[in-house]
Amino acid sequence: MDMMEYFSNADLVGSSPILALGTFSLIALLVNSLVKNSQKIVFWVCVAGVVVSLWFAFDNFELNHTAFSDMLLVGGYASFYSILFLVITLFALFLSVPYLEKEEYHLGEYYILIILSTIGMMLMGSAGDLITIFLGIEIMSVAFYVLAGYFRTKLSSNESALKYFLLGAFATGFLLYGIALIYGTTGTTNLIRIAAQYPQAFMDPLHLIGWGLVLIGFSFKVAAVPFHMWVPDVYEGAPTSVTAFMSTGGKAAAFSAFILAFSVPMSMHDPKLTMVIAILAAASMLIGNWFGLSQTNLKRMLAYSSIAHAGYMLIGIASGTQLGQQGITFYLVSYGLTNLGAFGVIAMLEKENGKNLSYEDYAGLARTKPALAALLSMFMFSLTGIPPFAGFVGKYYLFASAVQSNLTWLAILGVITSLFSTYYYLRIVVYMYFREGGEELPPLSRISFATVVLSGIGIVVLGIVPSLILDVLKSMF
Amino acid sequence: MTGKNACPTKSNFMIPLNHYLLLSAFLFSCGVLGVVVRRNAIVVFMCIELMLNAVNLSLIAFSSYLGDATGQMLVFFVMVVAAAEAAVGLAIIISLFRNKQTVNVDELNILKW
Amino acid sequence: MQAYIPIFLMIGVGLFLGITFLTLQRFLGPHRPNPEKLSTYESGMPPVRTARERFSVKYYMVAVLFILFDIEVIFLYPWAVNFRALGVFGYIEMILFILILLIGYIYILKKGALQWD
Repeated sequence: MDMMEYFSNADLVGSSPILALGTFSLIALLVNSLVKNSQKIVFWVCVAGVVVSLWFAFDNFELNHTAFSDMLLVGGYASFYSILFLVITLFALFLSVPYLEKEEYHLGEYYILIILSTIGMMLMGSAGDLITIFLGIEIMSVAFYVLAGYFRTKLSSNESALKYFLLGAFATGFLLYGIALIYGTTGTTNLIRIAAQYPQAFMDPLHLIGWGLVLIGFSFKVAAVPFHMWVPDVYEGAPTSVTAFMSTGGKAAAFSAFILAFSVPMSMHDPKLTMVIAILAAASMLIGNWFGLSQTNLKRMLAYSSIAHAGYMLIGIASGTQLGQQGITFYLVSYGLTNLGAFGVIAMLEKENGKNLSYEDYAGLARTKPALAALLSMFMFSLTGIPPFAGFVGKYYLFASAVQSNLTWLAILGVITSLFSTYYYLRIVVYMYFREGGEELPPLSRISFATVVLSGIGIVVLGIVPSLILDVLKSMF
Repeated sequence: MTGKNACPTKSNFMIPLNHYLLLSAFLFSCGVLGVVVRRNAIVVFMCIELMLNAVNLSLIAFSSYLGDATGQMLVFFVMVVAAAEAAVGLAIIISLFRNKQTVNVDELNILKW
Repeated sequence: MQAYIPIFLMIGVGLFLGITFLTLQRFLGPHRPNPEKLSTYESGMPPVRTARERFSVKYYMVAVLFILFDIEVIFLYPWAVNFRALGVFGYIEMILFILILLIGYIYILKKGALQWD
C-alpha cells in the first residue's frame, strides 16, 4: 500500500474530533432529508455528534504533535479549544430547542448548521497553517450567515443576515490578501515555517502589510473597533439563540485563531505592531462601553458589551506574552459561560416578534421570577468583573499581562472603562429589583432553565477556584 | 523579491512579478471602492468577488514565481469558498427581496447602522 | 518594452483584417434585409418575447445548485491529473468526497429543490 506516504494513523487520530463531528453532521443531513418531521431526531443526532467529538477531544489532550503535514495542531491548545467550542455548542443546542418551538420555527437544518459552524471553529482552534485558518473561518462564517437569516420571513432577520454576509465577506477579502502577501514573501503558508524565517522576513515591508491585512480580517471577526459596525445590527436581528452562539463560540474561535496566527509576529515585540493592536484594544473598550451606555434593547446592549470585551481580550494579544494568551483563554471560557447564560435568560423571556427585550420589560422581574432575576444579576456582575465571579479573574489576568509588558496605560484604561460598564450592566439589576412592573411572561421551559443554571454554577465555580482552568492553561502554553 | 524562474520556456519574455502584483492590487482596490460606493446589494457582492479574484491572481503569480504549488492549492479553496458564499449570499438577498421588494442596502433601516 | 512588440503587431494585424473585411463586404456584397433575417437567432425557433425581462425565480435555484456542484468538481481535476501517482489512496479519498456531495444531492432532491412546479 502506498497510503502511508500521504497520511498515517496519527493524522486520523489527531483530526478525530473534527472527523467525528463531520460524520455526524452528514448523518444528520441524511436523516433530515429522508425522514419527515425529524427535528427531534436530528437534534439528538447532533447532540450525539458533539458528545462523541468531545470524547475524542479529551482523548487527544495529552498528545502533542501535528497532523497532515503541519496543517493541524493536535492535543494541548487545540484540544482545549475544541472542548471549549463543543461545550458552548452543547449549551447552545439545548437553549435553542425551547426557543425555536416558542417561535414556531423549528427545522432540523438549524442544528446541522450549528454543528457545521462548530467544525469550522475547531479547524480554527487547531490551525497550524494560514490555509486552515482561512477554511475554518469560512466554514464557520457561511453557516453563521445562514443562521442569522434563519427566520426567513422576518425582515429584521433578513437584514441582519445580509449585513453580516456583506461585511463578513468583505473582511474575508482582506484576510485572504494578507495571506497571499505573507505567502509571497516567505514562500510558505505554514505558521511554523514562517516563524523559522524570522527576523529577516519581518524586514520586508510587503510581509508587514500582509500581517496588517490579516489583522484587519481578524478584527472584523472578533468585532474590534473600528471594524465593529456589523455587530449591533447582526446581534439584534438574528434569532436570540443564534446570537448566544455567535457571540460566544464565534468570538472564542476568532480569538483562538488570532492567538495562533499572531503569537509568532507578536513574539518579535515589534513596537509598531504592538501599538496598533493596543490602539485597537483601547478603541474597542472605549467605544463599546460608551455606546453600551445609551442602549435600550438588551440584545443591542450585549452586542456593544461584546465589542468592549473584544477590547479587553485584545490587551492579551497586545502584551504578546504567554500570560496574556492564558488570560485570553480563561476570559473566553468565562465570557462564553456568562454570555450563554445571559442570552439564555433573554431568549426565555422574549415574546413573539422580538418583544419584551427592553430594560423596562424587565422591571419587577425579581418578584415574578426571583430565580431568573438572580441568575441574570450574576451574569451581569460577571460581565462587569466583580468578584467572586469568573469575569473578575479573567480581567485580572489580562490587565496583569498588560502591566508585565509595559502597557500599563492599557490596563488603566481597561479598569476605567470597566467602571463605565457598571452603569449599563447594573442598570438591569436595578430595574429587576427596584422597579415596579410585571407583565405576563411566556411559559418558561425547564431545559433552558437547567442550561442557564449550569452556566451560572460554572461562573461561580470558576470565580472561586480559577485554578481548575488556570493549571491546565499553564501546562498548555 | 524576484524569485527563481518557474516557467520553463521563454524566460526572457516572462512578465515581471511586480506587474501581476500591481494589477492585482488595482483590481482589489476597485473591489474595495465598489463595496464602499455602490448601494445595490448584488453589485456590492460582485465587488467582493472581484476582491477575491484579485487575491487569486496574486496567489497564482507568487506560486508560479516561487515554483511552489501551495498558492495554487489555496486558489482552489478560495474558488470553492467563493462559490459557497455566492450561493448563500444570493439566497439571503432573495429572501430579503421577497419581504421588502428591494436590494438597496440604504433602505435596510429596521436595525440602525 | 521590446518584449511587447509582438503583441502590438498582433493587435495591429487583427484590427486591420477585421476593419478591411467589414468594409469590403459592405461595398461588395448585396444588401437586401427583411424582417426574417433581422430577427434574433434562437436555434431556428421563432423568438417569443424580448430577452430583456425578469426570469422566474425557479431558474435561480437551479443556477445556484449548478454553481455549487460545478465548482466542487475542480477538486477532481488535480486528482485526475495525478491519478496514477495517487493510486488507491487518491481513489478512496475521491470516493469519500463524491459521497459527501451525494448526500448533499440527496438533500436537495428530497427537499424538492429540483421540482419545477
